[in-house]
Amino acid sequence: MNSPFKQLLVSAALITPLLLPVSAQAALAYVSNEKDNSLSIIDLDSFAVVDTIEVGQRPRGITFNHDYSLLYICASDDDTVQVMDVATQRIVASLPSGEDPEQFALHPDGDRLYISNEDSALVTVVNPLTHLVTGQIDVGVEPEGMAVSPDGKLVVNTSETTSMLHWIDTSTNQLIHNTKVDQRPRYVQFSKDGNRLWASAEIGGTVSVIDVASKEELHKIRFNIRGIHRDKVQPVGVKLTSDGRYAFVALGPANHVAVVDANTWEVLDYLLVGRRVWHMALTPDEKFLLTTNGISGDVSVIDIERMKVTKSIKVGRYPWGLAIKPD
Amino acid sequence: MLLSCWLLSVTTMVNAATPAADTQSIQIGYLELQHETPPLLSNVLPDPQDNALQGALLGISDNNAGGRFLGLAYSLEQARSYDEAELLAALHRFQQQGIQLLLVNAPAQTLTTMANQYPELLFFNVGSYDDSLRLNQCVANVLHTLPSRAMLTDAMAQWLIRKKLKKWLLISGTRPEDKDYANAVRRSAKRFGGKIVAAKDWTFDSDLRRSAQTEVPLFTQTKEYDAVVVADEVGDFGEFLLYNTWYPRPVTGTQGLKPVGWHRVIEQWGAAQLQSRFDRQASRWMTDKDYAAWAAIRSIGESLSHQIPYSATDIRSHLLSSRFELAGFKGRKLTYRHWNGQLRQPIALVHPRALVSQSPQEGYLHPYTELDTLGFDQPESQCRLVDQAD
Repeated sequence: MNSPFKQLLVSAALITPLLLPVSAQAALAYVSNEKDNSLSIIDLDSFAVVDTIEVGQRPRGITFNHDYSLLYICASDDDTVQVMDVATQRIVASLPSGEDPEQFALHPDGDRLYISNEDSALVTVVNPLTHLVTGQIDVGVEPEGMAVSPDGKLVVNTSETTSMLHWIDTSTNQLIHNTKVDQRPRYVQFSKDGNRLWASAEIGGTVSVIDVASKEELHKIRFNIRGIHRDKVQPVGVKLTSDGRYAFVALGPANHVAVVDANTWEVLDYLLVGRRVWHMALTPDEKFLLTTNGISGDVSVIDIERMKVTKSIKVGRYPWGLAIKPD
Repeated sequence: MLLSCWLLSVTTMVNAATPAADTQSIQIGYLELQHETPPLLSNVLPDPQDNALQGALLGISDNNAGGRFLGLAYSLEQARSYDEAELLAALHRFQQQGIQLLLVNAPAQTLTTMANQYPELLFFNVGSYDDSLRLNQCVANVLHTLPSRAMLTDAMAQWLIRKKLKKWLLISGTRPEDKDYANAVRRSAKRFGGKIVAAKDWTFDSDLRRSAQTEVPLFTQTKEYDAVVVADEVGDFGEFLLYNTWYPRPVTGTQGLKPVGWHRVIEQWGAAQLQSRFDRQASRWMTDKDYAAWAAIRSIGESLSHQIPYSATDIRSHLLSSRFELAGFKGRKLTYRHWNGQLRQPIALVHPRALVSQSPQEGYLHPYTELDTLGFDQPESQCRLVDQAD
């Protein structure tokens, strides 16, 4: 029974286990492609697209649950948040998200998803475990950015047309404060210690650093890139490194990511990435930053130690959101 | 003044939760001189009856969404009439009521009459494209959120030149507004290096729906051109030029590839959200006049949310200052030109089913902002509403 055919089978059996775990063990980046109704999956060892999954219409915000078994996907044009089983890549549920969900944030307890309903000036609170809506909060026109404080006590939502940050008490689902910021706030992120909130204003062209205790602005960061008119510098995504050292700001149609000293708020550098850069994510080891570039349809990889863009990865049409699953 | 006392409460209300307890009412006036549409050859798609008004109403509802967190409740006081005297009476009533800010959807002459009669009020022009309002009339208490004809034709000219379509055949209707549009085209040609190889007036009165295929080729048989520019604002004959010209060339201007302040096909820069809010409210497409009215109301809302008092003087000086900026779904912030009160804005070039381009085109540079390559820039305009934006 020493046929060449059998030998082939044996070697295949030997090779296969070597091949498969690569994608199973490496950290993966999930990218939502807004105009392709799909997710691209990038292997973060090889920085190559290893899979593309079809999902609902106009996927934008995506985020994992805490054990990375489920991925929540805002399928904006389906008016739902889809729940994908990560292991099988199947959509296992659709959450009642309210109309036109765009961005959302998961409470540290894992039982509350705060969803921006861009078309109806609402924040919808859904329990992703029971699939029940537990609250709806009136906010300004075109709610967008959403963040939960690290201690889980506060949720902040931005409304793009009203240009406010809306502060919501998670224990009562009541609005407790509104902070006016520059035009078209898009994204908010808390610092790791929960003392600072960073908020980008796309049309204002600024990032406000807010003191969480007083809810007052401490500083406003402005950007100035040689050769690009200030009106075209439009901050959207913000990412902070957990060592508190850097803040990265995606500058939209300026096609650059600003590197900001998170303590002095000084802009250190501008890195050229793909066209219309919107959202970003850090790899689990925080050695790399990934950006979605909508118009060029790719993801740029920034090596943080060298502060250089090292690679761009072609994904689907209009990549929008990013979520990273550690190995 | 009554207004200053509630202002104090506005500043303190900013931090309060929703809804604010003692709400202040902010009334904005809307005056429209209605007109009968003349009989048109191309009468398939008439202008909506509530043009501009629906945009104002959407602006009010957008303002209220944020206003409730600040203790402000906006409302629109409307007066619409075919009779100018009736409108002037309504304006007097509004002024007696304490209204400080008004939108006017009317021809330039009615607008200037109103503004001159009530110099203490602030008017927003949402109905007239008239160039002289921005060039030499310079009524001090009027701001313009609707683009001027010059802005539209400059936007078109930049695109034509960028496409290397330099030789134009200009066809104009005989109505006064068509002549104004044609003059704007001539100015833009001179400004950006277009050459009008032939200019013809459309004086035919035959029914082109049946005869365009035979009439138009002969009419457009002139010295060779790269593009046909049409000036037919009411839409009488222009639609029939497309695909019927002697040389197979693009048609642009009031028909064909059209420069506009707003159109349903604009969905970039977050505009899809504005369009769908408008669709839901009005059950029709949002026009350039709707957009102008929306932008005027939103300009007021943004000023008040920055704690500017509800007074014509204070709002006017805030809007003309460099402190004001408005997110208007056009890809960049919108501001007012301090010399003539015109809202700076990109101009879309559209065909009925798609956005083709947006001007200013890349490469048209300006020391302050490329948006000022469209329309009357400071050296060209005789207006000096304020000396400089502080």
